[in-house]
Amino acid sequence: MTTQVPVAPDLFTWPADEPQLIGTFFRESGVTVFPEAKACPRSASQDGERVLLPRRGTLWSWTIQGFLPKSPPYAGPETQATFKPYGVGYIQLGNQVIVESRLTTSDPDVLKIGMEMELVIIPFNKDADGNEVVTYAFAPVKN
Amino acid sequence: MAQDVAIIGIGIHPFGRHDSTGMEQGAHAAREALRDAGCEWSDVQYAFGGSSAAGNADTMVSTLGLTGLPFINVANGCATGGSSLISAYNALNAGAADIVMAIGFDKHPKGAFDPDPASFGLGQWYGDTGLMLTTQFFGLKIQRYMHQYGISPSTLAKVAVKNFENGSKNPNAWRRKPMTEEEVLNSLMLSNPLTQYMFCSPGEGGVALVLARGEVAKKFTKKPVYLRSAVLRSRPFGSFEVFNSWLSPDRGDSPSVGAAAAAFKMAGMGPQDIDIAQLQDTESGAEIMHMAETGFCKDGEQEDMIQSGETRVDGRLPINTDGGCLANGEPIGASGLRQVFESALQLRGDAGDHQVPKKIRTAFTHVYGAPGISACTVLSN
Repeated sequence: MTTQVPVAPDLFTWPADEPQLIGTFFRESGVTVFPEAKACPRSASQDGERVLLPRRGTLWSWTIQGFLPKSPPYAGPETQATFKPYGVGYIQLGNQVIVESRLTTSDPDVLKIGMEMELVIIPFNKDADGNEVVTYAFAPVKN
Repeated sequence: MAQDVAIIGIGIHPFGRHDSTGMEQGAHAAREALRDAGCEWSDVQYAFGGSSAAGNADTMVSTLGLTGLPFINVANGCATGGSSLISAYNALNAGAADIVMAIGFDKHPKGAFDPDPASFGLGQWYGDTGLMLTTQFFGLKIQRYMHQYGISPSTLAKVAVKNFENGSKNPNAWRRKPMTEEEVLNSLMLSNPLTQYMFCSPGEGGVALVLARGEVAKKFTKKPVYLRSAVLRSRPFGSFEVFNSWLSPDRGDSPSVGAAAAAFKMAGMGPQDIDIAQLQDTESGAEIMHMAETGFCKDGEQEDMIQSGETRVDGRLPINTDGGCLANGEPIGASGLRQVFESALQLRGDAGDHQVPKKIRTAFTHVYGAPGISACTVLSN
């Protein structure tokens, strides 16, 4: 079995059966940021706590990346020939925070602001050692 | 007490794609501005200028003349031109000089910008995984706005149609071919709901302005245009900005709201007093949202205003009379000053084929950019 490595440490809990995004909560201001940060942009407090974010939320806005992004910074495996548009959105996790994410669907007829979404971990690329690099995404919740 | 600050000379290098370097285009604009002002480079006592990707503005002294003047390089992202102008305004007000030049120029490669995550304080993963595109941000922001305020795709397209039509009459514009609403709507979908022709493209160009204290200005020109205010603001908490991996559910205003309000207050005017406006139209959704953020209408009123043609050159409030970023492209360092160049041209009545038909006395300009900055000015005869 290929080893799966996260695209960055401390973005999400991994490996995990029910992975969660990792943020920082600043008690003084009530602000939660993603990913972890040393200081609160509202209160400038440096007294934050690591917090695991809810796995489900609602779609706050969305778009579809219709062309292959320039590389760098993009590190996906696609070429002009193999590129397929991918969804990008903001997902509101309760009243805590709105996070930006890739979406598992790029169908404009499926995506609706307010729809329920759930965190998933998806394959993204292979690294130099042949490991599968994984990243986080949000998928529509199937009813 | 603020003094009168006047624009006595304006110069531009046509926007688009050229063989010359960005720096040469900036120097060309500087010479044009001096010629327009009827003064010499040696008369300029202070200069501020910058580009995002075309080098240090102050090296231009080797072609304009080694007069020993203080020349400060300005680097402030999309507000580079606006920041140069504000610096010039402040230098004149502080009495540091009687005549000052502000210069902005740029030259970017084809295609979308490819920013470095680290320079925006972001982890490499953000760029790696394909989230670091300005185009995505614009799609995400207008998608939400359309959902909240009932803006239609037809209205998005009409903004582009208007700006390309304005650009077609402006000899300094890059895109000079008018387009139909159908052509705009049916072009390639780049970042839903925004199509290819709803987006501006990174480009090239240069603009320079010669500014002078009011009493000095009258010696040079019979048609001074007064800079009534020039304001820059960074983002407040809760604003929705480009390159944000998270947003607060506690939503706040865009930096454009604060910059515009401060610019109006400083000028002693309100949006109702403005005859024409240049609002950053990185894409057509941005122009729509900026209309409300700068105070020219309430959220959602743009739908009727644009459908009824109020923002066309012959409308009640002409917006982006030179074709905006859509028709001129986006050379980052030059765009903010292009808006002021166009405002001055219109206020002097020198805009030729794209001169607005109504009599005007006041103008407003607005730029917005990463990572959440806005610069606004109010101008008048």
